[in-house]
Amino acid sequence: MQQASDERSIGSVRVWEAAVAVLFLAFGSLVAWDSHRLGSSWGSDGPQAGYFPFYIGVLIIISALFILYAALRSGDTEPFVRWGQLKMVFVVIIPTAVYVALIANPWFSLGIYEASVIFIAAFMRVLGKYSWLKVGVISIVTMVLFFLMFEIWFQVPLPKGPLEAALGYA
Amino acid sequence: MHELQALFGGFQVALSWFNLLLMFAGITLGVIIGVLPGLGGANGVAILLPLTFSMAQEPGGQTSAIILLSCIYWGALFGGAITSILFNIPGEPWSVATTFDGYPLAQKGRAGTALTTSFTSSFVGALLAVLLITFLSPIVANFALRFGPPEFFAVYLLTFCAFVGMSKGSPFKTIASMMLGFALAAVGIDTVTGQLRLTFGFIALLKGFDFLIAVIGLFGIGEILLTIEEGLEFKGAKAKINVKVVIETWKELPRYWKTYLRSAAVGCMMGIVPGGATPASFMSYGIAKKMSRDGDKFGTGIVEGVLAPETAAHAAGTSALLPMITLGVPGSPTAAVLLGGLLIWGLQPGPLLFTEKADFVWGLIASMYLGNIAGLIVVLTCVPLFAAILRVPFAIIAPVILVICAIGAYTVHNDIFDVYLMVVFGVMGYIFKKLDYPLAPLVLALVLGDNAENGFRQSMLISQGDMRIFFSNGLVGGITVLSLILLFWPAISSLIDVARGRKAPPAAG
Repeated sequence: MQQASDERSIGSVRVWEAAVAVLFLAFGSLVAWDSHRLGSSWGSDGPQAGYFPFYIGVLIIISALFILYAALRSGDTEPFVRWGQLKMVFVVIIPTAVYVALIANPWFSLGIYEASVIFIAAFMRVLGKYSWLKVGVISIVTMVLFFLMFEIWFQVPLPKGPLEAALGYA
Repeated sequence: MHELQALFGGFQVALSWFNLLLMFAGITLGVIIGVLPGLGGANGVAILLPLTFSMAQEPGGQTSAIILLSCIYWGALFGGAITSILFNIPGEPWSVATTFDGYPLAQKGRAGTALTTSFTSSFVGALLAVLLITFLSPIVANFALRFGPPEFFAVYLLTFCAFVGMSKGSPFKTIASMMLGFALAAVGIDTVTGQLRLTFGFIALLKGFDFLIAVIGLFGIGEILLTIEEGLEFKGAKAKINVKVVIETWKELPRYWKTYLRSAAVGCMMGIVPGGATPASFMSYGIAKKMSRDGDKFGTGIVEGVLAPETAAHAAGTSALLPMITLGVPGSPTAAVLLGGLLIWGLQPGPLLFTEKADFVWGLIASMYLGNIAGLIVVLTCVPLFAAILRVPFAIIAPVILVICAIGAYTVHNDIFDVYLMVVFGVMGYIFKKLDYPLAPLVLALVLGDNAENGFRQSMLISQGDMRIFFSNGLVGGITVLSLILLFWPAISSLIDVARGRKAPPAAG
């Protein structure tokens, strides 16, 4: 059962082609509309602010229409992505999104170092099934090295969290 | 002769202990970046760019900074070959063609030969391209001093039309991707009128999109997502290089001098006219296959099949810097990132750079010679080390690379919003790659968008809105016509094919 559901395809290439073309169409229209609102013609002192982007928007619309047409015409029923593959993609992208949100957000920011330790540790433990000892050593040592490199050697300040504050690095 | 004198001065700049140290550090970092999945020349340089901000403040520091960054680029070019040959995984798009013969060679137990050939060929390709840069770029820069806004816009037009003409996939996808880049470049405050464009009331969009964020997201996160799809397990050949293998291979290589010259010529051409290293390597492989006596043995693991694409890829990657320093128009995404660096350090790339910042330019050119020699030494001696990096399990290396990407995105403007954007660009890069939308035009349009728009606006101001200004003299007219030919090249070439098809049987291949 597991095998069969992993093989299931999430949309054909054709469907995705068409969907992305429609997104381009919408984006192109948005660009053209906003540029038109700003003024896309010739003002008293030369081209208006929307002059150049308006044509960019128009070109996006035209090329999106061609892509959409080609996608609808083609019988490309090849799967775009299989469920098993998409699962792997989610396994990476969702923790990454959570990690990025943990670094800094309006409510509770961990800073880049603490968030990274948690991120690397979780990744290693869940995907790699490493022992807690290895997980702890690798994640902490990596981030201590990064801390030394950025904050001390190159003096590039990164977002810091409660731990650094407690240690006196504000 | 003037060039040789200037170059000599450049060597004096580049040959300080500090700069030599930076060269070796840059090459080593670059090879590691080239070997790792998800990190490549463009986003590797983008991530490390903020580290050079303080370096570039010191006197002579700009030269040191560009030496460090360009050496990372050379290193990444070398590094791509290692994974192609040993693991059959092209670390960089331009090393795809290297896998065709490199991996079979390694499977036959001749990995050392394949690696030596590839490194030596990369070196030769780069060297020929640097020679070209040395003697051609002052001429181009001198010529470009006469350029006005219409000429510059025509050059931008040529750059972008070349992408459409050279792309293998749908030309409309190239155009859509490119225009998306232009549209994103327009977001924010319009520098001429001060009006807000495409911000829709979001304060975060006021400062617009930085292409460095796009590069890190599209090439970094997107690449990781693509790699993980296959469920990563590296199985590779053993990397062993000893002096005997190197010398034996070197004895064999001069036999292929014709292939070298041909591949380097293809590479230089594709690098200067922005087509990039990737098509150059495929083209050179195809040509070598057609011209070689062992043409039918290509793909089974022969030395010539490694030599041709590697020479071309390096020649293209190197010569992509020629339009970057002379005209301010980068020929590849990595060249675009280097250009971004120049701008951040307060240098204006373009024809004036040669007269105003002569020691910077010639220091850079001299470092290209030295950097590639350093590169050859580093890769030949340290291959097993670099190959070992790939044996680090994915569950460790992937989160570390993602952390590096996040840090890189943050340090560009010290803004957390950029890190969120990076993730969005990553998802976009993944979908675009899967649907064959080219990413390079998007990045270049994002970089050059403002300049291209200014060139267009100023031209329109001069002519009062008359498009005929782009044909007003031989120079600008010639570039414009050439651009239009390139733009419609997909249509023209299929017409030629039809016409030929009626007269002669189609050539095999």
